[in-house]
Amino acid sequence: MEHIRMPKVENVRLLDRLSSRRAVVGTLYLTATHVIFVENGSETRKETWVLHSQISSIEKQATTATGCPLLIRCKNFQVIQLVIPQERDCHDVYISLIRLARPVKYEELYCFSFNPKLDKEEREQGWKLVDLNEEYHRMGVPNNYWQISDVNRDYGVCDSYPTEVYVPKSATAHIIVGSSKFRSRRRFPALSYYCKGNNASICRSSQPLSGFSARCLEDEQMLQAIRKANPGSDFIYVVDTRPKLNAMANRAAGKGYENEDNYSNIKFQFIGIENIHVMRNSLQKMLEVCELKSPSMSDFLWGLENSGWLKHIKAIMDAGIFIAKVLIEKDWVSFGHKFNHRYGNLDGDPKEISPVIDQFIECVWQLMEQFPCAFEFNERFLIHIQHHIYSCQFGNFLCNSQKERRELKIKERTYSLWAHLWKNRADYLNPLFRPDHSQSQGTLHPQIAPCNFLYKFWSGMYNRFEKGLHPRQSVTDYLMAVKEETQQLEEELEVLQERLANLQKSQSGNNKVKSKQQDRSKQFGLYTSNNSLANTPQEYSNDLKSFPSRSPSQGDEDSALILTQDNLKSSDPDLSANSDQESGVEDLSCRSPSGGGCLPSEDSGKDSDEAVFLAG
Amino acid sequence: MSPLLCPSSSSLPSGGHCPPLLLLRVQNLGWYQPPRTGGSPRDTRVSGSSGTITLRCKDLRVLQLEIPGMEQCLNIAGSIEALSSVDSVMMMYPFFHRPPGLRLEQGWHRFPPERFFQRLSSQTSQWRLSTVNRDFSACPSYPEAVIVPAAVGDDTVTKAARFRQGGRFPVLSYFHPKNGTALLRSSQPLTGHNRRRCPEDEKILGTILDEGERGFIIDTRSAQAAKQARMSGGGTEPKSAYPQWRRIHRALERGRPLQESFTRLVEACSDPSLSMDRWLARLDGSRWLSHVKAALSTACLAAQCLDREDCKVLVHGAEGTDTTLLVTALAQLILDPSCRSLQGFQGLLEREWIQAGHPFQLRCARSASSHGRGKQEAPIFLLFLDCVWQLSRQFPFSLEFGEELLLTLFDNAYASAYGTFLCNNEKERSLCKVKESTHSLWAWLEQPEEKHKYLNPLYSHNPLVIWPSVEPQSIQLWQGLFLRWIRPSQHLDEAWSEIQRLVEGNNNSSKESTRKRLSQTPPDPAAGTGNGR
Repeated sequence: MEHIRMPKVENVRLLDRLSSRRAVVGTLYLTATHVIFVENGSETRKETWVLHSQISSIEKQATTATGCPLLIRCKNFQVIQLVIPQERDCHDVYISLIRLARPVKYEELYCFSFNPKLDKEEREQGWKLVDLNEEYHRMGVPNNYWQISDVNRDYGVCDSYPTEVYVPKSATAHIIVGSSKFRSRRRFPALSYYCKGNNASICRSSQPLSGFSARCLEDEQMLQAIRKANPGSDFIYVVDTRPKLNAMANRAAGKGYENEDNYSNIKFQFIGIENIHVMRNSLQKMLEVCELKSPSMSDFLWGLENSGWLKHIKAIMDAGIFIAKVLIEKDWVSFGHKFNHRYGNLDGDPKEISPVIDQFIECVWQLMEQFPCAFEFNERFLIHIQHHIYSCQFGNFLCNSQKERRELKIKERTYSLWAHLWKNRADYLNPLFRPDHSQSQGTLHPQIAPCNFLYKFWSGMYNRFEKGLHPRQSVTDYLMAVKEETQQLEEELEVLQERLANLQKSQSGNNKVKSKQQDRSKQFGLYTSNNSLANTPQEYSNDLKSFPSRSPSQGDEDSALILTQDNLKSSDPDLSANSDQESGVEDLSCRSPSGGGCLPSEDSGKDSDEAVFLAG
Repeated sequence: MSPLLCPSSSSLPSGGHCPPLLLLRVQNLGWYQPPRTGGSPRDTRVSGSSGTITLRCKDLRVLQLEIPGMEQCLNIAGSIEALSSVDSVMMMYPFFHRPPGLRLEQGWHRFPPERFFQRLSSQTSQWRLSTVNRDFSACPSYPEAVIVPAAVGDDTVTKAARFRQGGRFPVLSYFHPKNGTALLRSSQPLTGHNRRRCPEDEKILGTILDEGERGFIIDTRSAQAAKQARMSGGGTEPKSAYPQWRRIHRALERGRPLQESFTRLVEACSDPSLSMDRWLARLDGSRWLSHVKAALSTACLAAQCLDREDCKVLVHGAEGTDTTLLVTALAQLILDPSCRSLQGFQGLLEREWIQAGHPFQLRCARSASSHGRGKQEAPIFLLFLDCVWQLSRQFPFSLEFGEELLLTLFDNAYASAYGTFLCNNEKERSLCKVKESTHSLWAWLEQPEEKHKYLNPLYSHNPLVIWPSVEPQSIQLWQGLFLRWIRPSQHLDEAWSEIQRLVEGNNNSSKESTRKRLSQTPPDPAAGTGNGR
């Protein structure tokens, strides 16, 4: 690759934020798609893989006696601190990464080279897993009030909408086109969510180009049509997600908000969610807090407060816009959320980047914390989706609209994340979910208003690579294993019952029972070992320095790394690159105990709770 | 008025309970607000007015009672005040509470020092059980039997006791079988401004270490505070007198500032008018989580010295009855798997808090609403429970008991029907005949239907040391306690019972399956052998 000035640097140190004692020496490789750090350590040779597309910033710090520090911050909130012995090498790595992390063409993105070895049919099926029309069908549209309009075929009306748009039956093409001309980027009001029970619906659009006094008959008719689509209601709410001040300021630019005098039977409301710039800064501030070196409790809480992040999260939740089971696919991807601009996959204007999807994902997590039985998926599911929004390993979150995605032939040239997640769905299930549980019935009613204390800092996401900060034992995985085992036992019970019946008929011995028994004890052996998680003390004190510190062994044996297509296909986000599932090496930190195997004991001297790749 | 007589229960809206329950609640009272006039003055049908009594309970619940009739209201308020400030220990409820099915002596002798020593003596012969404190003469706040170095005689101990505040000479708190190191605790030495020394005290600490071996003294005060303590007769071990010991200072808050922290946190939790920013500011301002972090870090430090540096450790602050016990008890929970079972945890509480002389009666008198009264009030024990909760959150399978037990312990430490947490030390308990005249909480908890509530269904014995993370991101507000009466808990309770259902379902299937398998063992023994497959 022409951008790689320095494919390999030796004797690089990888620092640990929490403990200076845990620094490890290894070799750094730059490949076309990943940055890879391989520890020198004796047998295990842990590997850390980072996709170039995950890199959000690279910082070269002042050279010290030990070398030149390089700080890599990732969009999935991983922070990698390297110290490279030679300043010149560090500079070359820095320059290479700057270029690699900012591809200029879509074709450079990982998803165009990523190949999970699926055949054509499987790839197509993957893309069909989430089908918009089916989603609408589930909601009960089209029906007497709503229909699919083909007004946007060839993206003639609005290039950021999909070709098929659901609109009220009474809205003619004339009205739609007229309305679209009165809306920013021509995003006319279209159906987002329909509630079968009471005909209520959620539509969405961009701001009207009202300026201080402009009107548009068709746009007013459009809102009327929407109102009439719910015969049970005399009015519609128009909810503006901005703070009122921002909306008013926009009028000077010829944009603005709906004037209640011009639209009959609307009730207008601002909710005051801050704009992308405020959100971006807020997240930035919070991440700075996460990165602090040995912060006090006060530093942390003050920083958290000062970032305003939880305040924004709560504002979004309070707005009640995000109903838990809204599928990301429908609400975000198909309706032209500006993925490319907001997530900065390609080199572009940094001011357009915003963490809106991060906030949505966090809101779902906050709901999960309040309703532990209501969601079929678990925290890992959310974290992996967040990871892949930025990984560019799958085509789902590329580009800014359906139009762009079609032009790039995303579905023919890349793979769908949903197929990948579906394949590993066992890892993403919430063991507490039961379809018949009261929490999974109907609408959730989260606590609003004064219950601030219910909103918590999500260290599982924002400090997810610092495994030492998290609970060392996963209740989810344990319960999943228990559930699986119960199921197996029940099946076994059935078999045994059958056998017993047979036995009672003919008193003959049966040797198959014995082998079955052995299987079971093997399985039990695994299950009891899940507790012995590797766990070492952190730095609780600097006062102990006078004692010989147990520094990690520094083998100088060179480690050759052969990059094969096999290595590249790894696709588990815990990998920053992690275990390759097909190589048979399990990532112990995220797998259910039943699949795990014996975990190393605390004295094994290696932190197996880190996300690492153990393949030799 | 006899404590058993309470105002006729029909006059209280919450009445209808049997008197003991009502009395329990009165004792649970932290502070009550004087009645104020309420009701609608325009409503002429109500002759006279009504009053509102606000009861702030020690378990942090707030009850408001609307009582018709001003006079009646004042009467009730008067009675409640009288009943909730019973001064004499022997007039307190545990002396009258007689739960059916329990015998008085049950549970009182489950964790004698002798039993603890028995286990120890099978592992080492360097320590002995001393009865030097038989009649509480050496140290009034120690139990009758304590563990001291085997090489030190009782008269040395008696002399060393005079050199330590309150007579709390160094005793063994925990023996670490892995490497033979030990955790000791004491109070501060009475060095004073003229730098007094005590050869007997130096001997005790000297014999513990072999030649060339080093030990750590973890002082739970700042270096500054320890120095200042010399002015009032206290102080710390000087390097010159204890050459093999290295001192580490870890300032842990105690007394008034800790109590204020608790009060501020409880106020912040019950203030519904806060915005998100203000809430975080108030949470930070209360400093409670900082205290949790500091306590856990210090306990980890002690555990690290023992387990990783193979060093013996002595912990003390000033009196040796508060932060000292916090650190030694937590360190044991981190190091010793046997403390993490339900039974073992009760033993730990008995050993390191109750028998070790944490002054429960002084510290746990009024809970969060001790408005200026009681200078001795301090939630050290609550801080310990909070730290245990943090451990249970970080290691959800490693403790045999769940949050419910910690809540029950908190409730009982402040207001109990049982004698376990009464008085300040064993001497007082013996004087008040607590063990003869009250029931033990442990006996109550031991009953199968009670016990079940406190067990952690996810528990599985973990033989390892559990090193918690003390980073701010890992320390959380204990919502189950501080928001117990405020946050909606239905969905979380449902999740908990779902967990129980899953795990118990598994156990049942497993048992059933085993039973079935056993029942179908081939009747002919020959059929079971001889097939290699």
